Amino acid sequence: MPRKVTLFVPCYVDQLLPEVAADTVRVLRRIGCEVEFPENQTCCGQPAFNTGYWNDARPCAERFVRVFGGAEVVVCPSGSCTTMVRTFYPELLSSSPLRDDAIELGRHTFELSEFLVKIAGVTELGATFPHTVTYHASCHGLRELKLRDEPLELLRKVKGLKLLELSRSEECCGFGGTFATKFADISVAMGNSKAECVAATGAEFVTAIDSSCLLHLEGVLRKRGKAAKTIHLAGILAQEKP
Amino acid sequence: MSETSAQEFLRKAAVKSADLVHRDIIRQGIESYDAAHLRGRLRFRDWDAARQKCREIKQEAINHLDKYLLQFEEKVRARGGHVFWAANAQEACQYVTDIARRLGVRTVVKSKSMVTEEIHLSPALEKLDIKVWETDLGEFIVQLRNEPPYHIVTPAMHLNRAQIADLFHEKLGERIPGNDPTKLVALARRRLRQSFFSAEMGISGANFIVADSGVIAISTNEGNGRLCTSVPRIHVVVTGIEKVLPRLEDLAVFWPVLATSGTGQAITTYSTLIGGPRQAGEADGPDEFHVVLVDNGRSRLLADAEQREVLHCIRCGACLNTCPVYRSVGGHTYGTTYQGPIGSVLTPHLAGLRQYQHLSYASSLCGACTSVCPVKIDLHHHLLHNRRNAVNSRGSKLGERMMFRLWRSTMLHPRIFVFLSSAGRRLLRLLYRMGLAGSIVDPMRAWNRYRSPVPLPAESFRSRWRKGLAG
Repeated sequence: MPRKVTLFVPCYVDQLLPEVAADTVRVLRRIGCEVEFPENQTCCGQPAFNTGYWNDARPCAERFVRVFGGAEVVVCPSGSCTTMVRTFYPELLSSSPLRDDAIELGRHTFELSEFLVKIAGVTELGATFPHTVTYHASCHGLRELKLRDEPLELLRKVKGLKLLELSRSEECCGFGGTFATKFADISVAMGNSKAECVAATGAEFVTAIDSSCLLHLEGVLRKRGKAAKTIHLAGILAQEKP
Repeated sequence: MSETSAQEFLRKAAVKSADLVHRDIIRQGIESYDAAHLRGRLRFRDWDAARQKCREIKQEAINHLDKYLLQFEEKVRARGGHVFWAANAQEACQYVTDIARRLGVRTVVKSKSMVTEEIHLSPALEKLDIKVWETDLGEFIVQLRNEPPYHIVTPAMHLNRAQIADLFHEKLGERIPGNDPTKLVALARRRLRQSFFSAEMGISGANFIVADSGVIAISTNEGNGRLCTSVPRIHVVVTGIEKVLPRLEDLAVFWPVLATSGTGQAITTYSTLIGGPRQAGEADGPDEFHVVLVDNGRSRLLADAEQREVLHCIRCGACLNTCPVYRSVGGHTYGTTYQGPIGSVLTPHLAGLRQYQHLSYASSLCGACTSVCPVKIDLHHHLLHNRRNAVNSRGSKLGERMMFRLWRSTMLHPRIFVFLSSAGRRLLRLLYRMGLAGSIVDPMRAWNRYRSPVPLPAESFRSRWRKGLAG
């Protein structure tokens, strides 16, 4: 198992949801990893890339490759931002001098649950979370990184946690980056569909591997006055016995 | 100033997204499709291998269109059929209306064909006072409503039985008690049956055109396709040049894959092969057989190495059914012949990037479409390519361009990033305490108007890291 892990914190998580990153650190330390956080990291470039501004995204991607270049293993509590590095950097940087470095970095960059299950080989993290929880499969993790079972394996090992199945769990929640504001009506309609499925489970919490989905879902759920709360997978895994 | 396609899309999307009756009708339709599609996939020993096989065959066909189309043409001509190469919609319509005029056609029966929708063939014929009957039940229904198809496979998916019964009552003058589906179908059938016998011309599309044997293949479920192609004196096939398959045996995989992806069936009720007009000694078939091979922008797409595979599409509709955006906004909101993910990818190529670039943005890029596509078109990544092309051709708004320029400068300088985001958080906290979240002065209005406000912690992660979390 890699001892030294470099933490890649999505820019919006850093600024809006610091607890998710702090929980990621706790989880990684608990399994014996030494966590490093390069403080000069900013954004992987995905917002510009997804909106079509590849020329603006490219220098950010190149900068990211330089910042994380020397890392043995990079871990990120987001399937979407991991996808940006692993799946999209090779295409975005196809004619950049840093192309090969980017491809290499992509091979060593992992989403948190992917790292825990596939690389570290740990599913039992000694977490306790005595609540009913349902799991939403975030699109990038599911379809770009092919992470279907890893988060569920981790959740099943959490003490006291009762996992309730979400119907249409693989349907998009409607976040979609700038889509959420450019086409807010559609985004919210999709969020409402998801919220109804969440409500139908009766779960206290809905979890996912991406904070962006959860931020959107939380916004929709609370606007509807629904009871379920959102929590990132790292937040559950970080909970120890009180 | 008149409304642009993008504004129209936004307006209609807002209405449909909030229309819960519409949502329930679509959900019901698609849920039964989902179940059938799943059962259908399980009939394959290896569904993914079948998709891969289809992809490879299509790749071969599209990369050698020149060879296969000429081979097809030669075979059809040898049997006395005619082949016309139409560079665009106008040429295709002209060719068909010329035949109609020459032979004094008064009535046309059509089986379902999206390419005839694309080139607007029916209005061209109607201008000559020719009566055009859509004979596919769904198409017949939307024709009675004066609407374009709502879906490329199930054109009347947006209507429930009661609405159809009302429509038939109004347009066909008969009230079906209890909206009995069998009786509704029987009514349409009686009406359409007359048209088949009065029509001089039948128009069909082609699901596939087979090069080595010079035949077209049509998959249908209602039998109307066979009547259209065999009863009238003239049969005109209108098809896109990309529909070609190299060999007859390729249908062995394409027929079941198309049926499974389209409706969940093992194979459609009727699978028809037609290779020309009635031959000497044959009892059935038309006197004249014409194939119109429509380009209409497809060659341009063929020249685009990055997106050429979009021509692999077999129009099964699976990407529409799985798309959460399609499910929310419905088929008519797109304002295009081809809706859903494939329509958003294809339409900018066929009808202009500037006018239709917004469709490539109207996606959360969830990738559900790509995961179901039976010929493995990388649909959601092509949406990304279209977005990049739109920005590179200066199709985006100045304000947005400036915003991303500013964003880039910020992200390239961690200190500026930290300063601006912490100042921003402080400003927003102040605004929200004043109850101004989502109001006109809220910079996050586009987000907060529709959702409860984003959280604004006092401290960022990096600041906590520096203060001790670093350990």
